[in-house]
Amino acid sequence: MSSNKLHVSREHLHFLLKQMIRIRRFEERCVTLYSEEKIRGFLHLYNGEEAISVGVMQALNSQDAVLATYREHGHALARGVPMNDIMAEMFGKQTGCSGGRGGSMHLFDISRRFFGGNAIVAGALPLAVGLALADKMQQRPVVTCCFFGEGAVAEGEFHESLNLAKLWQLPILFICENNRYAMGNALELEESNQNIYLKAANYGLASQVVDGMNVVDVEAASQLACTAIRNGAGPHFIECQTYRFRGHSMFDTQLYRSSSEIDEWKKMGPIIQLTHWLKSNHQIEAEELQAMEQAVDREIDAAVADAENAAVEPLEGLLTHVYAEAPHE
Amino acid sequence: MSEISFRDAFKAAMVEALTEDSRVFLMGEDVGHYGGCYAVSKGLLDDFGAQRIIDTPLSESGFVGAGIGAAIGGMRPIVEIMTVNFSLLALDQIINNAATLRHMSGGQVSVPLVIRMACGAGKQLAAQHSHSFEGLYAHVPGLKVLYPGTIGDARYMLKMALADPDPVIIFEHVMLYNQTGTLPETDNIAPMEKAVIRKTGTDLSIITWGGCLYKAMQAAEQLEEQGYNIEVVDLRCLRPLDRDTIIDSVRRTHKALIVDESWKSVGMSAEISATLAEQALWYLDAPVRRICGIEVPTPYADHLEKASLPQVPQIVEAAVQMLQSTIPTPEVK
Ligand SMILES: Cc1ncc(C[n+]2csc(CCOP(=O)(O)OP(=O)(O)O)c2C)c(N)n1
Repeated sequence: MSSNKLHVSREHLHFLLKQMIRIRRFEERCVTLYSEEKIRGFLHLYNGEEAISVGVMQALNSQDAVLATYREHGHALARGVPMNDIMAEMFGKQTGCSGGRGGSMHLFDISRRFFGGNAIVAGALPLAVGLALADKMQQRPVVTCCFFGEGAVAEGEFHESLNLAKLWQLPILFICENNRYAMGNALELEESNQNIYLKAANYGLASQVVDGMNVVDVEAASQLACTAIRNGAGPHFIECQTYRFRGHSMFDTQLYRSSSEIDEWKKMGPIIQLTHWLKSNHQIEAEELQAMEQAVDREIDAAVADAENAAVEPLEGLLTHVYAEAPHE
Repeated sequence: MSEISFRDAFKAAMVEALTEDSRVFLMGEDVGHYGGCYAVSKGLLDDFGAQRIIDTPLSESGFVGAGIGAAIGGMRPIVEIMTVNFSLLALDQIINNAATLRHMSGGQVSVPLVIRMACGAGKQLAAQHSHSFEGLYAHVPGLKVLYPGTIGDARYMLKMALADPDPVIIFEHVMLYNQTGTLPETDNIAPMEKAVIRKTGTDLSIITWGGCLYKAMQAAEQLEEQGYNIEVVDLRCLRPLDRDTIIDSVRRTHKALIVDESWKSVGMSAEISATLAEQALWYLDAPVRRICGIEVPTPYADHLEKASLPQVPQIVEAAVQMLQSTIPTPEVK
């Protein structure tokens, strides 16, 4: 990719592509499973936004902390949470990554420092501040990475968190996934100033905009930011401009935007973009792409079969996980 | 008489209010272009325009506070909060401002505001989208708390709430939106602060409201088939609480079973039990029983969520135990 200032190998580009395809196809299967009522509740797809979690995750190591929203299947997968554990969670099974208690919106895997899907908009930002504060206090050289949508920018918690992060010079990477809509509310109806990165700059954070459809750009910006953060430069903010190709959730009739607008954005989609670049630069063979897709499908099939067969938690356990120990009364 | 859904009843109430009073406007997240998270306000933007159907950013504390200000300033805002859990972000404005301004100004400030919010469990939305906090709001002097459980109330309570000089919160249970019922022919329904006996009976009073009312009615029907004559009291308004109707019912039936979707401890069901202990103890032939939400944050998995909520068979079973006086030693959980 021409804008790429990072030196990336063919293998790495293939890896990035595969990760994005994994997320895309996993979620497409989820749609089918949702219509079959195997998955219930709210289901928010990341379709179109895959480059962001995949790109950012390349800059993080296993000690870093990650927080995300209810639209977090992609983040969980890119972070390395096993697909089986995620699918089982969506099925409400005991083997799920949150024991069946959380579902699609609340994927957790603390062994991978994945601190969840949070379904209160902007609700994870103060937690990110606290996690980073704990790292700083204990002199751990790690980064806390917090993902959220541009809708969160209107909440007080966003502003309070950015101020605290800079005030205390905390090692946080804030990733704003600006897909231009908060549910049905267009950016122009959300923000008096639509340059979101400027809001962070106002609080003194190093802040920039990247093309969130270009996985290599996202990775490059994240690598630079993380290096700076690890060197004590304090919190960084990246606004990734993107678009969600499908409805907000499975209930969305999308009255608020035109199908031609969606089609325009789809042409710039992250998977199409990278595939096109790889093909036109002779960096991928048709058979390689096919093999990649087949491997992904096999992984998904196995995850679905595993989730189907997994047990649900016995009812006797209902009161667990409210406190460290079930309450004695 | 026509059949309509709760969704359409809530909507018709807003259409009427917007049509009849130019001071009324609706604001909240996705009430306009999206058509309302639960489609209650679908079409209103086209009919009433963006000045009166206002899509707000995600700023619960900000726009609820702005609703309070606009009410003080002479408007009659209907503020919609998408889900009760998100109202917690606006709790400061609701409790520290809306509920207190009249008192701390020595009676000078009125806040004629209506806040509507969806609430309740049953759709596998897990622990940040499913709760019942009406008891929390009903704890606060200065607020009035309505919880319609019938089509008539869904259709006509808003009008009474808007006519009230004080802040009124209206809860809308998400499992009711698609349910249909017969719209009463007149808007001459009980005053908003009165409880209503939905079914008269002599053997036992089920006391409930909102999203549990239909479960109580179903249970009463099943009990009827078993030969019991059950009364169902619909509280409708949780603050102020119509204690007289509750006591009066129990005075006649001598048995009280409370059904409350929210957690048992320190909530509405506890308040009603205490009222009975204070004012109706000598009328009671059996200990008060409560069927409430199990004290966990709502779990995602279907079977766990169902087990955490009051269900019809449980209500029937508890009622039968009470009626047969095979009362187990009061449970402690
Ligand atoms: C505090 C709060 N208010 C409202 C909601 C309902 N809600 C869920 S997602 C959403 C839109 C958020 O948009 P954005 O932050 O841009 O993220 P996106 O969904 O586009 O990824 C809304 C209004 C919520 N979950 N939490």
